[in-house]
Amino acid sequence: MSAHSITEPTDRAKWIAGGLVVLYALVTMIPLAWIMLTGFKSPADAISYPPKVVFEPTLEGYVNLFTTRTRQTDDFLAANPPQNWADEIVRQYDMVIVGPSKFGERFLNSVIIGFGSTFLSVFLGTLAAYAFSRFKIPLADDLLFFILSTRMMPPIAVAIPIFLMYRNLGLSDTHLGMILLYTAVNISLAVWLLKGFIDEIPREYEEAALIDGYTRFQAFYKVVLPQAATGIASTAIFCLIFAWNEYAFAVLLTSATAQTAPPFIPTIIGIGGLDWPAVAAGATIFLLPVMIFTILLRKHLLRGITFGAVRK
Amino acid sequence: MAEIIVRNVRKEFGDFVAVKESSFTIEDGEFFMLLGPSGCGKTTTLRMIAGLELPTSGEIILDGEEISQKPPSERDIAFVFQMFALYPHMNVRKNISYPLVSQGMPRAQVKEKVAEVARILGIEDILNRPVGGLSGGDRQRVALGRAIVREPKAFMMDEPLGALDAEFREHMAEELRALHDRMGATTVYVTHDQLEAMQMGDKIVVMNNAVVEQFGTPQDIYDAPATMFVADFIGSPSMNFLGFNGTVSPGSGSVALNGCEMGVPELREAAQGDLVFGVRPEHIRLSTDGAYRGEVLATEYLGTTQIVTLDTPNGEVKARVASDQPAAMGETVGLEFNEQTVTLFDETSGRALRSKLNEGVLGHG
Repeated sequence: MSAHSITEPTDRAKWIAGGLVVLYALVTMIPLAWIMLTGFKSPADAISYPPKVVFEPTLEGYVNLFTTRTRQTDDFLAANPPQNWADEIVRQYDMVIVGPSKFGERFLNSVIIGFGSTFLSVFLGTLAAYAFSRFKIPLADDLLFFILSTRMMPPIAVAIPIFLMYRNLGLSDTHLGMILLYTAVNISLAVWLLKGFIDEIPREYEEAALIDGYTRFQAFYKVVLPQAATGIASTAIFCLIFAWNEYAFAVLLTSATAQTAPPFIPTIIGIGGLDWPAVAAGATIFLLPVMIFTILLRKHLLRGITFGAVRK
Repeated sequence: MAEIIVRNVRKEFGDFVAVKESSFTIEDGEFFMLLGPSGCGKTTTLRMIAGLELPTSGEIILDGEEISQKPPSERDIAFVFQMFALYPHMNVRKNISYPLVSQGMPRAQVKEKVAEVARILGIEDILNRPVGGLSGGDRQRVALGRAIVREPKAFMMDEPLGALDAEFREHMAEELRALHDRMGATTVYVTHDQLEAMQMGDKIVVMNNAVVEQFGTPQDIYDAPATMFVADFIGSPSMNFLGFNGTVSPGSGSVALNGCEMGVPELREAAQGDLVFGVRPEHIRLSTDGAYRGEVLATEYLGTTQIVTLDTPNGEVKARVASDQPAAMGETVGLEFNEQTVTLFDETSGRALRSKLNEGVLGHG
């Protein structure tokens, strides 16, 4: 047996710890894998019992997700041979594609509203956090508490006033309205998270920049922002996840023009019976932007979660 | 390079007064020390000169121009921070060139300047390294490089050696002083280390509790302290204070200490009541037959000298004497004071009484 230090784990301990982490990761990934696989199943495979793990993949779910279809008579079908692979798929149910579904549009709405409100929250949050962190603001603590207090109840508790307010202001079912709403919810999180990060950046950096001939704003932009990148990235991820997944307000306030993907996806179920592969396909595509965004920023996120734990 | 005049400067943070009306003059090319215990207002004073804090009242004149309310970018003053404050997302070269870039200097010239500064500081080989992995000394040099590269009117240094380990600090202090002598730049340097101040400074301001206690050359401050605080703060071990009750009048040259007549520099003012007889440890001789006597409590051997602690009728006294002089614990010996070096203080106000010794020094304090 070789000597080892008390703080350094043994190889066996590392293997056990690693194994547990992998096991946990697998368990949490099963629902995700399920959704992704279901997107490539035929409707029959999707609901078969016991569930099929090995199946013949098809793009039927995706075709159904992106198109609207109608059933046609045999004569019509005979007279109009399929134009492409997507046509071929729907022909097996005696259907033809008549046009695109609204999914693309709804997805785009989600992108505009999700990223728009994230940008706005982080932008305003950074400025506010910087001000709270660096300047003597009268009643700063009370203001910060006030900002935080908007988080002390579930946002949906104020759904009715917001609904009426939005109707009067003409903000119902508009992109701007949804961006403002999600920003309002996220900004308290952004201010508090970012204030913590900016507090950690020594003032000397800015003072050095001020001495070096830069203005206060230049010092903020060129010295503080790069230092706060980690905080900004992790704040952005949290804001985006909320805005992207938000369902209740989206159902309440949007319908025709500004509807986001979350309220749209369940409606797919109704279009042609229980079309689970199409729902799964929609969910899969819906997951991708946040997933990619998080993967791109994950280094920052990790540092963001553990920030303040170790003093540099 | 420039002269800096600080006139009646005061700084309040809310109810807290960080600096009370303070005045002093820093002459062109001087290495000027702001010395005092932590919280005395020395750093605030430095930051006011640099423009990082604006004074509540008073004037700061740099090179003939009143600058007290100007932003730092318009003052042309460089600042070296205690923690160096190098921009962590830039490499050494970028850090040094940053002040030049803000001035809009052409690239080729920036490159030339940075190369020159790197050569002066001996950091040419680390120019392309990130600042994160540098040693304390190299960080210090980069911070200095960033300060000297734009040839400012004056340098402010806030305990620049405080973050270095003791061994390296001495080396860096010499390097700093040599750099200053070569460039002849007006430098204001904050420290709480009296040894550093004495060793490096042309002039010293001693501050305590937001007040300037004394301002002068290291020697004046050491030999003729204006207050008991200064006398105590400067020198190690610090000045001995022997309390006594008595009356002195202008022209008199002695005081009675526990019945013994002690010579002092000829006094220029009268005082009575609780007075303090101040004498530096090295100005005490031990003798076998002196009239004023004390018992040896302890000895500390320091190589060429030793510190002997004695119990006298007027309190404990430390004497610095040659280490070969015998002094055994418990022994009672006579004490003789070098009378021309004694400073008398008024115990209540802590102020030095004016005498032949200090009249020239206290005049401009």
